[in-house]
Amino acid sequence: MTTPSDPPTARSGPRAEHVVPARTLLATAAALLALTALTVAASRLDLGAVNAVVALAIACAKASIVALFFMHLLYERRFPRVILVASALFAALFVAFVVFDTTQYQPDLRAREAQAPPPAR
Amino acid sequence: MTAPALDRAVPAAPRPRFLAGHFEDLGAQTETAQLGIWLFLGSEILFFGGLFTAYGVYRANHLELFRYAHHFLDWRLGALNTVVLIGSSLSAAWSVRCAQLGQRRGLRATLLVTLLLAAAFMAVKYLEYSHKLHHGVGWGASCHPDAEILGELPAALRAVPVPARLGTFFAVYYLMTGLHGIHVLAGMGLYLWLLARARRGDFGPEYWAPVDTVALYWHLVDMIWIFLFPLFYLIG
Repeated sequence: MTTPSDPPTARSGPRAEHVVPARTLLATAAALLALTALTVAASRLDLGAVNAVVALAIACAKASIVALFFMHLLYERRFPRVILVASALFAALFVAFVVFDTTQYQPDLRAREAQAPPPAR
Repeated sequence: MTAPALDRAVPAAPRPRFLAGHFEDLGAQTETAQLGIWLFLGSEILFFGGLFTAYGVYRANHLELFRYAHHFLDWRLGALNTVVLIGSSLSAAWSVRCAQLGQRRGLRATLLVTLLLAAAFMAVKYLEYSHKLHHGVGWGASCHPDAEILGELPAALRAVPVPARLGTFFAVYYLMTGLHGIHVLAGMGLYLWLLARARRGDFGPEYWAPVDTVALYWHLVDMIWIFLFPLFYLIG
């Protein structure tokens, strides 16, 4: 955006912004489409519990690609990265701890339900 | 009467049209807008985190029902919508590039393509929702699939009776995809607004922050669908 002929502009006008190259944008979309095909193909195989792990791993890879290139996090300062990574991490922690908790209590709940069945709807 | 004298003392630099009074220059304004949108996106991730937790709890406790229920969803429509959203994200990212480079025709075209692809996503979603609701697949207690939609299930599943808690799966499904759909509708409103402003010629190499912030929001909507698609349509 700034050419060498530009006058030195200290704190005036927008800072020189990184324009994402067209080729990068096209490659990003192509990678996302390829990973979509891959996740569909992987779900056709019966891998048991591994299916969910594979699907989530591919989804995380796709989300990272979107964040790095489409959301230009690769070219950003540190602050936006910290926000995105921290909120994703805390959301994942939230899901994980609640799921650990509920699976821990589930056998007790089922045992109690078996003793005294809840009233039918 | 000192004001006119003061005015003359300041060098006459034309103030950019869209520079708000409380910012020194457009660079500071753009950085502030980006800080704001990223904080908003962080809160959106936590917002959806609550629903992903509901999904996780339900799936962990009722895996067998989950395996049954996901056959009601057509993975081909889900994959189609994934491709549509990836395309819209590409054109959204391209619109930022066009604005930064001052390509006004390209900007209008990419904004319009993004808007149309968002509408296509909602059209597919409408077909899916109406098909299910028409055949009694509602949420919670109102989930009573009729014989026709049960006939579409794989042969092995047609033999077993419909599980009692099927409606809970669809409560999670309608909540998560519905909230995502509301985000898509909001995005369509934002792209209409950007399109109107782009037609007026508001955006260019100096002033493109609104195009960028809306695109960042749009990519997050795409990102959430990237998780919803495999979680609901693919894994059972």
